[in-house]
Amino acid sequence: MNDPHLLSLTVNGTEEEVLVEPRRTLADVLRHDLRLTGTHVGCEHGVCGACTVLVDDAPVRACLMFAVQAEGADVRTVESLDDGVRLSDLQQSFSEHHALQCGFCTPGFLMLAEGVLAESPDAEREEIREALSANLCRCTGYQTIVDAVHATATSRRETTA
Amino acid sequence: MKPAAFTYHRAHDVADAVGLLSDLAAAGGDPKVIAGGQSLMPMMTFRLARPSALVDLGPLRRMPSMTTIRAEGDHLTLGALVTHHAVETAALPDGFAVLARAMRWVGHLPIRSRGTVAGSLVHGDATAEWCLLALLLDAVVVAEGPSGRREIPAGELFHGFYATAVDHDEVVVEVRFTRPAPHAALTEFARRHGDFAIVDAAVALDLDGGSVTGGRVVLGGVAPAPVRVPEAEAVLASGGVAGDALWAAVADAAAAAVDPPDDAATTAAYRRRLTRTLVADACRDAAGGLR
Ligand SMILES: Cc1cc2nc3c(=O)[nH]c(=O)nc-3n(C[C@H](O)[C@H](O)[C@H](O)COP(=O)(O)OP(=O)(O)OC[C@H]3O[C@@H](n4cnc5c(N)ncnc54)[C@H](O)[C@@H]3O)c2cc1C
Ligand code: FES
Ligand code: FES
Repeated sequence: MNDPHLLSLTVNGTEEEVLVEPRRTLADVLRHDLRLTGTHVGCEHGVCGACTVLVDDAPVRACLMFAVQAEGADVRTVESLDDGVRLSDLQQSFSEHHALQCGFCTPGFLMLAEGVLAESPDAEREEIREALSANLCRCTGYQTIVDAVHATATSRRETTA
Repeated sequence: MKPAAFTYHRAHDVADAVGLLSDLAAAGGDPKVIAGGQSLMPMMTFRLARPSALVDLGPLRRMPSMTTIRAEGDHLTLGALVTHHAVETAALPDGFAVLARAMRWVGHLPIRSRGTVAGSLVHGDATAEWCLLALLLDAVVVAEGPSGRREIPAGELFHGFYATAVDHDEVVVEVRFTRPAPHAALTEFARRHGDFAIVDAAVALDLDGGSVTGGRVVLGGVAPAPVRVPEAEAVLASGGVAGDALWAAVADAAAAAVDPPDDAATTAAYRRRLTRTLVADACRDAAGGLR
């Protein structure tokens, strides 16, 4: 009963076609079929947020979406952030604020933050803190992650002002 | 932590979804509808659910009737596929603004981006915010099955332990809220921010100036299904000055009336204490007016 489906979707600006079993999650298709292993998988039931990616600009749990549900969707993963040479402003801010230690949770936090800042560019610290509570980090204690995202929000506002 | 295999079917419209459910069941299968997948997928990864086939309502998102929020007279109608986040960010009429305010309690933003109103109600968790709100604001669930459409009032929807009156061959198309409540609030306690509540309370007050003339009290987490608490509503109906003394009387009546479970999560006594605190808080919040 593996019933393969031909799936077309856009990942980080590239159109992809993959033959997938319906039970394959979006997280597994990204990692195993498209070899984009930046998206991490922790709990596989929606609690930790390590697998967070943007689907049509909204942050979602890639472990709570069957890949076949992403037909025609525009998916962005952590691999879209840097330009191959330099880190993005948000990634640089994570580095400067010590917002990661082991780094396992980082791709999920980065994509969650990108989704939140795109929807609420004016977000202040409290709103950022509330939004970031979606994801778990076992290392940092969170304050530095909030600092990093808040600093990026502030500097993006200054550069667009 | 991987779901069991299933066959996958995309529905093109509501009639197609209903037809697929009937055909797959007639062929001996055990099909299920998937909307946002935010409850069904965790159940499938734990293999608590092993449907033989999934009928995906995703393509129906291009139908405005499935995804729009419509205010008509004293009613607010939500398409079945309206997401928690769409409600959270919608400008709703005063009588239904409590829906938007309550959404911050539903999981986290990435869950709210995908999870739907109808999915929550059909899943029927006894503490799900949508289930409490359905009882608070007299929701009517409109479901389409092989023999046409029918309307299920919220009072008949929840059978307890995740069972609801929506049949396996029916697809919910919209949810209509019919009782505006400009003075309403929902509050809750969960161990971790974003988790399902241990106990949650929703209150709607009928106010005449500074006086209370009636209202509703709905609780989750104290029984196998969300419940209204007639004993607490009787205190509101007998009236009084809006204020802490009245809220305490309502809260005491609610705490005395419920018979909450003792289970792995916590004790009955603790749930009763939460009931008292949360009902009083919800009353105070509801009286605070339109925010
Ligand atoms: C980490 C986490 C935390 C969460 N916290 C909360 C919380 O605090 N409060 C809360 O209320 N929820 C919470 N949820 C659950 C979330 O709200 C779900 O979105 C919701 O319960 C189900 O909606 P869905 O669209 O995802 O439904 P699905 O998961 O797709 O489906 C759920 C059930 O409903 C049926 N169904 C769905 N749509 C229809 C329809 N139109 N017609 C007929 N049947 C249908 C499905 O067959 C299935 O049985 C949480 C989930 C996660 C993963
Ligand atoms: S792996 Fe998806 S939320 Fe944990
Ligand atoms: S840095 Fe290790 S889990 Fe977050």
